[in-house]
Amino acid sequence: MADPILSVRDLHTQFHGREGIVRAVDGVDFDVFEGRTLGVVGESGCGKSVTARSILGIVDRPGRVMGGQILLRPQGGGPPVDLATLPQAAMRRIRGPEIALVFQEPMASFSQHYTIGNQITEAILLHMGLGKRAARARAIELLDMVGVPQPDRRIDEYPFQLSGGLRQRVMIAMALACDPRVLIADEPTTALDVTTQAQILDLLRDLQQKRGLAIILITHDMGVIAEMAHDVAVMYLGRAVETGPVQDIFNRPRHPYTRALLRSIPTVMARPRTRLPTIEGSIPHPFDRPRGCAYHPRCSEKLGAVCETHEPPPIDTEHRQVRCFLHGGIPGAPPGTQP
Amino acid sequence: MIAFVVRRFLLGLFTVWLISVASFTIIQLPPGDFVDAYIAQLAASGSPVSATEADMLRKLYGLGQPMYVQYGKWISRVVTGDFGESMEWRRPVTEVIGDRIWLTLLLSFAALLITWGLALPIGIYSAVRQYSFGDYAFTLLGFVGIAVPNFLLALIIMYFSFKLFGANVGGLFSSEMTIQPWSWAKAWDLAKHLPLPAVILALAGTAQLIRIMRANLLDELRKPYVVTARAKGLSETRVILKYPVRAALNPFASNIAYLFPFLVSGSVIISIVLGLPTVGPLLVKALVAQDMFLAGTIVLLLGVMTVVGTFISDLVLMWVDPRIRHQMD
Repeated sequence: MADPILSVRDLHTQFHGREGIVRAVDGVDFDVFEGRTLGVVGESGCGKSVTARSILGIVDRPGRVMGGQILLRPQGGGPPVDLATLPQAAMRRIRGPEIALVFQEPMASFSQHYTIGNQITEAILLHMGLGKRAARARAIELLDMVGVPQPDRRIDEYPFQLSGGLRQRVMIAMALACDPRVLIADEPTTALDVTTQAQILDLLRDLQQKRGLAIILITHDMGVIAEMAHDVAVMYLGRAVETGPVQDIFNRPRHPYTRALLRSIPTVMARPRTRLPTIEGSIPHPFDRPRGCAYHPRCSEKLGAVCETHEPPPIDTEHRQVRCFLHGGIPGAPPGTQP
Repeated sequence: MIAFVVRRFLLGLFTVWLISVASFTIIQLPPGDFVDAYIAQLAASGSPVSATEADMLRKLYGLGQPMYVQYGKWISRVVTGDFGESMEWRRPVTEVIGDRIWLTLLLSFAALLITWGLALPIGIYSAVRQYSFGDYAFTLLGFVGIAVPNFLLALIIMYFSFKLFGANVGGLFSSEMTIQPWSWAKAWDLAKHLPLPAVILALAGTAQLIRIMRANLLDELRKPYVVTARAKGLSETRVILKYPVRAALNPFASNIAYLFPFLVSGSVIISIVLGLPTVGPLLVKALVAQDMFLAGTIVLLLGVMTVVGTFISDLVLMWVDPRIRHQMD
């Protein structure tokens, strides 16, 4: 496999509030490759969205990226740039032309006070050095590309005049305005009905094939992951507990949390009126993160005291990584031994 | 959209008519009439009025007739621009009000500009730098501004400017300029006197508008579209000024409508304290003397100004918020 476009290494993002420190992202690692989709999956509050915002350097205050590296490989080679230490002014030239963002709520993600044309051309004018007329022509072209009918008329409409699906298409057009290499889609289909969802996912896949886009797809929906992702990172309480190619994750999940998530997907094959298996307990409050492996209070395959006292280190095996003592890393034991 | 504007305009006219009826009725409500008040005033100064004289006066002003007849006579003259004669001043109402109405408007407009000029940047600063030292300082000042009665503030400022600079800050003109006809020198004199009363009048409204702006902007800053704008690589200043501030502007527009009546009726005491030649103190005097035509005219003017202000603020809101514009189609 070629070098990744974007590598996140040991990323830490914390919110320092009056009540204490919330470690929203606590040591996340993953790689994103050209033309491939990385699915980031996990329950609400596991730090998926904060990871996305950390990459763009737009975490809301009082949140801050406290450590780790976000390495972006520049276009045409050269040593990677660490976005975590990039000054604001330089970072602004990354947002849009290099990495762009699509959001969950297409309604709230647009300002209702400006036409969609205004909001799309804004980034084009800022980054691409085009004149007003050329920027407008490009915006119409983008709208056409994402399948907005009558783009030359729609461009002068306001977001509240469009349907939900159309708004999400426009949102994608806006994200692609400056030809980014990485697209972060944060729950892009959650607010849409099922048929529209499928259309938007098709559109994303289509755009990826045409442009070699690297996509980070954030979702809590295992179905969306199965359909879209090439690689998967499963997150729990600010950590990627398991990463690997999508077939491996689905066919041979190694982390108990991944297994539990996969068990809780409803299928049409199930007998009617049987209860879906759920994961016991709920996500701990971020202030009160369990010691040891953060998942141990809910884990059905707990090994014993070691899970409560020690944090499992990342264990690497051919393209996969897992953080669980089931697969080694127990302190004191020789490396590589299985319990 | 044009249909909407026309409808609003006609409704406004209807409202003005209702206001004229209501204001006339209210002025008639207190027991007695102008003649009673006049007799009492003369008796107090030691020159009693005979019953025949009183009857003559009542006949002169048509006070004995039923109220709807009086209203009919009054309003049919008002629409031709004749507002009657002030009973107390014995001069046409238009002459008594004279420049006062324009000075009041000018003062309101100056106060409005100051209110906006202060509230907008401070409100934005307080929201963007929430819980900073500056935010706390402005919040404290703002609450002081709301809590301290304006006339007290006026007195304090007058006292200090007299004490420190030897300046007499009362009025809108220097004493030698007051009775002069309009000239460039008089206008310049007005320009020099205007800022202080305008600032004092503006302060309470400013404090309130800062709170509103801060609260609105704090709400807007949390919305996803702000993140979208940041993700485009816009500078932080541009992000904030173009998106959330624009969305938080609505209260500024709706503020226009309330300001004028507030400045006339709510600031009577300040106007008296600062000796401002505005409509407020005149209205108080006219009401006390039951000077029907003068009071009626002022109340009617206030009503008209409020309706016009609301109309203007509707137009401004339509301009600021495309959602309002498009809902009407």
